[in-house]
Amino acid sequence: MEKQALKLSVNGQDFEVFINPKTLLVEVIRDHLGLTGTKRGCETVSCGACTVTVNGMAVKSCSVLAAQVEGMNIVTAEGLETDGNLSPIQKAFLDYGSYQCGFCTSGMLMSATAFLDENKNPTKQEIKESIEGNICRCTGYNSIVRAIDAVAQGKY
Amino acid sequence: MSHAKYSVINTHVHNIDGVAKVTGRATYTFDVTLPGMLYGKILRSPHPHAKILNIDASKALELSGVKAVVTGKDTLGIKQGIWRRYSELCDEQILPLEKVRYIGEPVAAIAAITEEIAEAAMDLIEVEYEVLPSVYEPLDAIKKEAPEIHEGIERNVNVTRHIEWGDVDEAFEDADYIREDWFKCSGQAHMCMETRAAVSSYTPNGKLTVWASTQSAYYTQGLIAGVLGMREGDVRVLAPYVGGGFGGKFELDAAMFCSAVLSKKLFRPVKIVFTREEDFIASKRRTPMFYYVRTGVKKDGTFLARESRMFSNGGAYTGMGATALYLSGFFHSFPYKWKSYRYDGYRVYTNTLPSTSMRGFGAPQAMFCSEQQIDWICADMGLDPFEVRRKNAHTEGYEVPGQAFIQSCGIEQCINEIEKWVKSKGKLPANRGIGISSCGFMSGGIFNWFDSPYSFSSAVVTINEDGTVELHVGCQDIGQGSNTTMAIICAETLGVKMEDIKVHSGDTDHCPADLGAWGSRQTLMAGNATKMAAENAKKQLLEFAYAEMGLNIVYDLDIKDKWVHIVARPERGMKYTDLVKKALRAKDGQRIIGRGYYTPHRKGMISPAYSYMMQAVDAEVDPETGKITIHDVMTAHDCGQPINQLGLIGQLEGACSMALGYAYLEDMPMDDGKLLNPNLVDYKIIRAPEMPDAGIIEIDTYEPEGPYGAKEAGEGLTNPTAAALGNAIYNALGIRMKELPITPERILKALREKKEQEANKN
Repeated sequence: MEKQALKLSVNGQDFEVFINPKTLLVEVIRDHLGLTGTKRGCETVSCGACTVTVNGMAVKSCSVLAAQVEGMNIVTAEGLETDGNLSPIQKAFLDYGSYQCGFCTSGMLMSATAFLDENKNPTKQEIKESIEGNICRCTGYNSIVRAIDAVAQGKY
Repeated sequence: MSHAKYSVINTHVHNIDGVAKVTGRATYTFDVTLPGMLYGKILRSPHPHAKILNIDASKALELSGVKAVVTGKDTLGIKQGIWRRYSELCDEQILPLEKVRYIGEPVAAIAAITEEIAEAAMDLIEVEYEVLPSVYEPLDAIKKEAPEIHEGIERNVNVTRHIEWGDVDEAFEDADYIREDWFKCSGQAHMCMETRAAVSSYTPNGKLTVWASTQSAYYTQGLIAGVLGMREGDVRVLAPYVGGGFGGKFELDAAMFCSAVLSKKLFRPVKIVFTREEDFIASKRRTPMFYYVRTGVKKDGTFLARESRMFSNGGAYTGMGATALYLSGFFHSFPYKWKSYRYDGYRVYTNTLPSTSMRGFGAPQAMFCSEQQIDWICADMGLDPFEVRRKNAHTEGYEVPGQAFIQSCGIEQCINEIEKWVKSKGKLPANRGIGISSCGFMSGGIFNWFDSPYSFSSAVVTINEDGTVELHVGCQDIGQGSNTTMAIICAETLGVKMEDIKVHSGDTDHCPADLGAWGSRQTLMAGNATKMAAENAKKQLLEFAYAEMGLNIVYDLDIKDKWVHIVARPERGMKYTDLVKKALRAKDGQRIIGRGYYTPHRKGMISPAYSYMMQAVDAEVDPETGKITIHDVMTAHDCGQPINQLGLIGQLEGACSMALGYAYLEDMPMDDGKLLNPNLVDYKIIRAPEMPDAGIIEIDTYEPEGPYGAKEAGEGLTNPTAAALGNAIYNALGIRMKELPITPERILKALREKKEQEANKN
């Protein structure tokens, strides 16, 4: 298939990439832009390690083509901090120890960020459901739920 | 008991890798890209057992972009294994020369300029096989007429292990009640979020560098050097961040081996990352086990005799399975004082993917059988399961005959606390029950089957001019937080702050050798080495302080919160940073370097120290559908002195989720040796909505062998859960679950059988 030029906005920066139109968003983010904070853990859209936000919504970046999100506002884990200041959810993850090996963390942070933007007063069950698509093999999730809850309660 | 007030230990400190991990900066092997790097793919066997007659790669090599194809013929053909002290247990050629023994076994590896080209080339390699008869279950493979999987290995018995003490036969004669049961424990995938991955770079000066997702950079270095015929010192292994291990990443794997072989041939870096499917079908698994358990007790519940036979599905190769065979049989006796005990374990080769160590190391299987049978015996005899466990439990000073010395032991307090918790729940609604299970676990293994000539753990502490500290350790942080734990121990010992410590690990060129992350060994072993290194550096500083401060040498000096002071008069002292600067000048500029090491001696056969715990699981079963809901889990836990507060909670909650998965969700069903669910759609693991609260009651003990009194935490808690859930279901519905995982189908089958039995009685 013939390659195409594509304009993408990632973490507030405009990029132009020249790619096969079948290229997945996760491949562009990792392999073309070098933003390796976004991970991949499966081939079946099951694990959530590649979650980013697209126009504020959590999206598994292995489930969309880069061409489908042209012109949209994409944020990865690298885009959460501002001038070296961590975002509230990043700080809460540190305080609650909400990661171990760290491989799911970027995706987890992006799911949580999108969820907290939409839900100001969530229940614990709603928080758990918000990260249902993200697998963490290390923590047992409870520390992640505590961190999201702390941000929802305005502690950060 | 020591209750020193600590400045850093067991306080709320962040993981030192935290900022890297929450900002996407942490770089894993999965993320490594080198200039000129090629991408590798592995062609795998579609047959469970077949002779390789011919491999023709000529068409693949014609494909533009393909740089090389290697097969067993391009290797030295060395049979390797992690039990390298015992050549008969080194039985695996990662690219086999003659035959394949499981579906998914590597037969060839390709390097190409892109992953897509390498993948396309796989279809162009022609492999001619002669399919052989296969066998998949240990109880079939051990039969006389079963196909031979490894040449000359009679009845496919790979390793046996016998443990015995007391007069078992006589004790059974004295028993008032004897119960025997068969159990079947399933396999489990490690399912690390980062699949097996390696980048190898061989250069014309004969040096090899390997970035590896490994639990032990040192083991990887030794094993790779061995199979390539290189000196260990010419191989550098780097493991910066590792996306989980859980017991599955300290053997040599095909990503490491094939990338190294390809790179050595091509003099270019080669990267191989397993797909999730490859990770499921060809990266080993928790060992499936069949257990026969016979137990004899006195009327009052005293444990007189246990005799167990275990047949494990070893799969095609040995790997770490030989250790799991021993540990399963040992922990099967835990945490009780058996008057007599006999275990015969048989690890049997089959034509399935090899089984190995996984978090708990054979103990979750052993406890599933033991702790359920104890509850059933109590029910049969009308005894109280808490009282019986308390009566037989280990105590401080106990010797497991010929096996282990117990120095610290909090099991009685664990039982007391869980009993209180269970009783506080009162009467439960119908179809709901609470089950209990107790266990213990090791704090590192004493074994040296790897034949390491180095100390089990080593550490080097170097103090910089500004008082900052470089801590070099060989222990491997795979997410469990060992770098943070070592920084805490170092900061506490030296009397400095966490932010003063930089930890260097996961690099065999720059860090001392250490056996790595397995068997819950690092907190105790690497922790002791770190403490010793920090004490050594501190001693050098304090010697100078006596001179500098003009003190009577009988005074005790210490450093706390960077203040060097007389212990009896803490206000008299000087700043740590000033002392460091002056000490450097006094020593002609020589750095202050402290060395520490740890190798266990005279600590029995298994481990220098043991953790203890009891867990309760509150579960409900829908008798119509068999669906399980876990309402709550509570654990009373003795890990000695906690070191890393946040890390401890995280490890225990994580163990609970992995153990719940093993108990009722995760399974590896096979059909003629083919795994039926090699993806995360069909392989079910616990997700956030299913995860219950998993509270911890910490039991305060002090382990004399551990650094600051610390011992195991985080692996052992994988052990009790399946049994506790089984006991909860028994208490809810009166059915006995003898097979893992406890699925709705198995629950419904047990309910049907119970109904039939009751009908027959009437």
